[in-house]
Amino acid sequence: MTNINGRFGIHGGQYIPETLMNAVIELEEAYNHYKNDPGFNAELEKLFNEYAGRPSLLYYAEKMTRDLGGARVYLKREDLNHTGAHKINNVLGQALLAKKMGKTRLIAETGAGQHGVATATAAALMGMECVVFMGEEDTKRRAPTVSRMGRLGAGAVPVKPGPEPPKDAVSEAMREWTSRIADTHYCLGSVMGPHPFPTIVRDFQAVISKEIKAQILEKEGRLPDAVIACVGGGSNAIGAFYNFIGDEGVRLIGCEAAGRGIDTFETAATVNTGRVGIFHGMKSYFCQDEYGQIAPVYSISAGLDYPGVGPEHAYLHDIGRAEYVPVTDDEAVGAFEYLARTEGIIPAIESAHAVAYAMKLAPAMDKDKIIVINISGRGDKDCAAIARYRGEDIHE
Amino acid sequence: MSNIYKAFENGKAFIAFITCGDPDLETTGSVVRAAVRGGADLIELGIPFSDPTAEGPVIQGANLRALKGGITTDKIFDFVRELRHDVKVPMVFMTYANVVFSYGAERFISTCRDIGIDGLILPDIPFEEKEEFQPICSKYGVSLMSLIAPTSEHRVAMIAKEAEGFVYIVSSLGVTGTRSEITTDLSSIVKMIKDNTDVPCAIGFGISTPEQARRMAAISDGAIVGSAIIKILEKHGKESAPMVREYVKSMKDAIRDL
Repeated sequence: MTNINGRFGIHGGQYIPETLMNAVIELEEAYNHYKNDPGFNAELEKLFNEYAGRPSLLYYAEKMTRDLGGARVYLKREDLNHTGAHKINNVLGQALLAKKMGKTRLIAETGAGQHGVATATAAALMGMECVVFMGEEDTKRRAPTVSRMGRLGAGAVPVKPGPEPPKDAVSEAMREWTSRIADTHYCLGSVMGPHPFPTIVRDFQAVISKEIKAQILEKEGRLPDAVIACVGGGSNAIGAFYNFIGDEGVRLIGCEAAGRGIDTFETAATVNTGRVGIFHGMKSYFCQDEYGQIAPVYSISAGLDYPGVGPEHAYLHDIGRAEYVPVTDDEAVGAFEYLARTEGIIPAIESAHAVAYAMKLAPAMDKDKIIVINISGRGDKDCAAIARYRGEDIHE
Repeated sequence: MSNIYKAFENGKAFIAFITCGDPDLETTGSVVRAAVRGGADLIELGIPFSDPTAEGPVIQGANLRALKGGITTDKIFDFVRELRHDVKVPMVFMTYANVVFSYGAERFISTCRDIGIDGLILPDIPFEEKEEFQPICSKYGVSLMSLIAPTSEHRVAMIAKEAEGFVYIVSSLGVTGTRSEITTDLSSIVKMIKDNTDVPCAIGFGISTPEQARRMAAISDGAIVGSAIIKILEKHGKESAPMVREYVKSMKDAIRDL
């Protein structure tokens, strides 16, 4: 799907300072070598299976199915992975690759904290130094996460300037990378940034759809009718979609964070409200003003609170292969509570966006249809914020 | 052919970077004129961007102040049109790809030609992506500048061969900002550039003192200074012009006789 310059249709590319060009070329060469290396793949598979806890379960949500009264609902349980989210898949792959390349230090950006924790975890496991960039507000709001990274040996560096932490954390990690390339790998957390990152991250996350396919064939003897996942940068979604892209009968549905609604300025629904632009190393859709200034975005979910979307998603949108639908804060919080009460599974508020859309879709589908929802992470981290959203006075 | 070469006709060039609209366009106008009177050979006008990933804290601050003040690309075009009545030195825009792309590349670049902008510096457009804007820049005679970094290594020749205007040599790893020391082996990079092009080359990133400017200009065709000028603006705001003139004069004097 990627051509030689890392294009997905018109999207993707390498819009980065000259200082970083040799670093991404070196990364691409190393990746092209190791992705076909049986030793590397065996090592990664061992990490996936014996460290991260893969394969993750594909769980038939019987009560939810009965309650919604339509399509059969399956949950892909990425929340059961070590560190509690799909992020570990990509991080183990990149950390192993970085180690093979002789890098001794990992840097990463994080919004909600899962990618930061996953990177710190991989760094601890592989004996690498680690620095995580996080918005200053987020380091305060998510003090337990910062402390968790600290116990793992990572220093969380708060990003100061600017009012929108997650995109600033990416910018700051890129700045850090330009100042220290020789020993440092930038472990990007989503299918975004300059080529080859969108391809590398997608390949490491594609294990999700590879497993879904095998698991659903075993349980149902056929492919699902729809796969639903939340989309910020889009790594869990591309992971859940990738091995189904060629299966035309499978609807691929990405759920964007609409925040307070796509008709307001407090939204992060990039495909629904953005325009094509060039930012953070890639051409894709971005929330921006008429002069191309990147817009402040908002969502209750720190993990979806990003003004862009991965270039492969932009392409899947352009060719009509995947649908991107907006889901509001209210709908996501409702779904968060619903899944907790109905199935005893607390999803990450990010993943709850996908659950919310499935709750609309399933009742409208016949009972012999099948939906798979990617539960990209667990929601322990969000319980206090949801309580506050409901007006309870609670401190973490 | 653009007028950029003229900046290199009075000995070593001193290139001043100024962010448009920091803190307002009236100040930018007075500071540009002061820099020219102080001896600046070329003015690099920054069009602010919300997320300037190649900039250090000083220029990031200037971008935020200018955007907060309501600066837009259209206001900057009007401002330059006005400035061109009396400012005759070559001028280039320094901004980010999305500012050009979002405005419509053809509309942006043709306006550059109309208002007397000689070139474009886009730090997030490396050699591999220059097709995005190069054909349109060539059509309108606006130079799309090339940057070369300490990490460019075997890429130097390839980039230099197609360079226009002047080659912008990034002195050090990292982002813009003043540095106490520049340790990169720049002479060998300059030699590689000179082996491949007749286009002049100037060194930027980290230069703030006359001694640094002298050392950098001695091995290249000029010195580029941004953050040190922005620091004057940060401190003196609307009253910055006399200080900028004096500072630029001290820098140009340090490289004039090389």
